Amino acid sequence: MAKIKGSIVVNMENCKGCEICMVSCPTGTISMAKEVNGKGYYYAYPANPDLCIGCASCAMVCPDGVITVYKTKI
Amino acid sequence: MIEATGIKEIIKPENLAYRKTDIMTDNILSYCPGCGHGTAHRILAEVIDEEELQSQTIGVSPVGCSVMMYNYLDVDIQQAAHGRAPAVATAIKRLMPEKFVFTYQGDGDLAAIGTAETIHACNRGENILIIFINNGIYGMTGGQMAPTTLPGMKSSTSPFGRDVKTMGNPLKMTDIVATLPGTYYVTRQSVHTPANVRKTKKAIRKAVQYQKLDKGTCFIEIVANCPSGWKMTPVQSNKWMEETMFPFYPLGDLKTPEE
Repeated sequence: MAKIKGSIVVNMENCKGCEICMVSCPTGTISMAKEVNGKGYYYAYPANPDLCIGCASCAMVCPDGVITVYKTKI
Repeated sequence: MIEATGIKEIIKPENLAYRKTDIMTDNILSYCPGCGHGTAHRILAEVIDEEELQSQTIGVSPVGCSVMMYNYLDVDIQQAAHGRAPAVATAIKRLMPEKFVFTYQGDGDLAAIGTAETIHACNRGENILIIFINNGIYGMTGGQMAPTTLPGMKSSTSPFGRDVKTMGNPLKMTDIVATLPGTYYVTRQSVHTPANVRKTKKAIRKAVQYQKLDKGTCFIEIVANCPSGWKMTPVQSNKWMEETMFPFYPLGDLKTPEE
């Protein structure tokens, strides 16, 4: 069976660190960074990128639309 | 950070699964972190994009947090006086009946100062789409009590909770307009989880398609959070909304067209 691999790209400068993507992620891919972006928010980033399945749940709930999702079959 | 094996190879244009639509401009939203407005804007923009209505759309923005909507949506927007968006939308639709006209209003705008305009526009059955963002308070001005504030809910002008004896009962605008003969499709949704976002997007798409039939007003209430006004973190506010707002404002369709 083909395995589905996903990957997300977060626009870290526009992220406001609301953490809604983190709690919406079904696989625990996303964590909040320990450092802040230019506006002083702890931005979201894919801490465990190998777990991502490209379901786009994070991108769906992101209020600021900063997440882009890529998905492929391996 | 993203150095794990194979991840770089996935990030290619042909593997794109989801990106923000181009109808949302690149301006940074002025909303607080975690605010439902951004999600509501984005799914509305996605539906306009998918239905290829960008040049046909005229929006009416309210007074409230979303007053700056023209900065974020790349469609024609008219700003209306406080609460008068349905009246302005009525005029636009009557002068240009071929356009798709929507209003986007908060609860302080639609349910307080604009009650008369909303009810009469819905009663006349104007062919407009009204999107009603209900977060139970006046978010922009600092979290004052609104007509939609729940009984016992704390706000900056009801610091001990809303007492229905002295402050009146909350107003369920959506239930009221669902009883009017002019409305065609009335629903209540939310945008706090991926599943709810998808449902809301489906509801907006349905409403946009019903607008083409010229059958009457479509009214979509989106129960949203206001982390700053409720003095909570975004995640806490979503949980509080599920536990406290949803029992009073149950999600689902209130009026669907008879097939």
